[in-house]
Amino acid sequence: MKKLIYLDNAATTRVNPKVLEAMTPYFCELYGNRSSVYSFADSAKDAVDHARETIAKSIGAKTNEIYFTGGGSEGDNWAIKATAEAYRSKGNHIITTKIEHHAVLHTCQYLEQHGFEVTYLDVDEEGFVRLEDLKAAIRPTTILISIMFANNEIGTIEPIKEIGAIAKEHGILFHTDSVQAYCHIPIDVDECHIDMLNTSAHKIFGPKGVGFMYIRTGVKIRSFIHGGAQERKRRAGTENVPGIAGFGKAVELAMETLDERIAYETRLRDHLIDRVLAEIPYSRLNGPRENRLPNNTNFCFQFIEGESMLILLDDVGVCGSSGSACTSGSLDPSHVLLAIGLPHEIAHGSLRLTLSEETTMEDIDFVVDNLKRIVQRLRDMSPLYADFISKQEKK
Amino acid sequence: MNYSEKVMDHFQHPRNVGEIDGASGVGTVGNAKCGDIMRIFLDIDENQVIRDCKFKTFGCGAAVATSSMATEMVKGKTIQEAMEVTNKAVMEALDGLPPVKVHCSLLAEEAIHAALWDYCQKNGIIIDGLKKPKNDISEGEEEEEY
Repeated sequence: MKKLIYLDNAATTRVNPKVLEAMTPYFCELYGNRSSVYSFADSAKDAVDHARETIAKSIGAKTNEIYFTGGGSEGDNWAIKATAEAYRSKGNHIITTKIEHHAVLHTCQYLEQHGFEVTYLDVDEEGFVRLEDLKAAIRPTTILISIMFANNEIGTIEPIKEIGAIAKEHGILFHTDSVQAYCHIPIDVDECHIDMLNTSAHKIFGPKGVGFMYIRTGVKIRSFIHGGAQERKRRAGTENVPGIAGFGKAVELAMETLDERIAYETRLRDHLIDRVLAEIPYSRLNGPRENRLPNNTNFCFQFIEGESMLILLDDVGVCGSSGSACTSGSLDPSHVLLAIGLPHEIAHGSLRLTLSEETTMEDIDFVVDNLKRIVQRLRDMSPLYADFISKQEKK
Repeated sequence: MNYSEKVMDHFQHPRNVGEIDGASGVGTVGNAKCGDIMRIFLDIDENQVIRDCKFKTFGCGAAVATSSMATEMVKGKTIQEAMEVTNKAVMEALDGLPPVKVHCSLLAEEAIHAALWDYCQKNGIIIDGLKKPKNDISEGEEEEEY
């Protein structure tokens, strides 16, 4: 079997065997329902409590501010819809950005159909929100600012501390989708004045289908999933005990190694970026060089299309992703790449490679060596490249 | 990937990639904005038989595969017979395409038509049923700044 080089860690990660080990007892042995009275269910209760403590500590929160969810999309829906409902008497205006994940964007669009007004802030060419734009967008009726901690496609880390300060100064709730940032860079909810924050376990070597939402004490949002009294009556449904136990373990492992992991991934990332930009002509880096997620790279290669690149990379065992229309199932390329000002035809040729602590320098070199060949092969087939070259020759 | 083996084969080993110097007809269709551009070169002999056919394509796996298959199918055919190489015929020859990729096969048909149209214009020939393709961008291409 050919070697698999998995560079799509922003899409999902594998479950760390130590995480799986932490989950296993709660399937067949300690399967009690946490809400039960008998002592047999105590270990399930302990597992959830322990995970909650680990997680609260990881973002500087209190344990009663952590609510387990079914993942990032559920959390984003909950935060935005429940805020809209609970604070409707105060106002009907929400501020977000054009580069949010669809879990935020489509939720905001849904609310627009129900009487809410939404401002979608532009970002600069590197994907940063401009603070003056944010300030200018605030109205007396603004009830929520929802801005992602870091972008899932181009890795831009937003100025969350400054955004939080602006929200606090104006008495507006601040929600941040932190699915890509959590356990990849340090997060402190107090320092950044965050009121609500969402994460997902499967981006950090935890299991799929579990996440948590941080809700600051005093934020009045109510339940999104109605039913039983779980999660302090705010999120009904029998707890996903194995998932929560696994999430807790994944966080514990990730926080132990955070600093060294950031240093290691940053070194690999920068090597990848440097080699691609130096060795592949007519390529560009999407997103910033500084204030970028340590594991994220995103490039555009002119004159070629992303899906073709992905198939040829797959042939040599490399997993990546693209923001081309062909991979999104729509006619438009990535909304993030369009928002940073790229023309459609350039955005179609994008490639995102996202690393992990398991990626090696050899992997990076293997990928670049193959990428050079693949890009040239597709350009040799491209009428756009042929036109470009003949124009160059005429000049 | 939901591609048939034939699509993958034609994408990974495309037939007839390239250009023909002094081609009898050249057609370019598509839109870089939508992510697909196909250019077809035809070499047509005095008996109106397609002697050779080459292509260059910017696009996804299906776009390359349909271009490759379409060029294979028109080779050796008369210009009238080439009109029968429809998008449906190309798709069938590739054992089908995912629904979102059907437009790629339409583009391949149009690219052939655009090249035939160019040939007809140059030689004052009329082919029954041939009209100037809608997505023909062979002339008056926009200047793209990169």
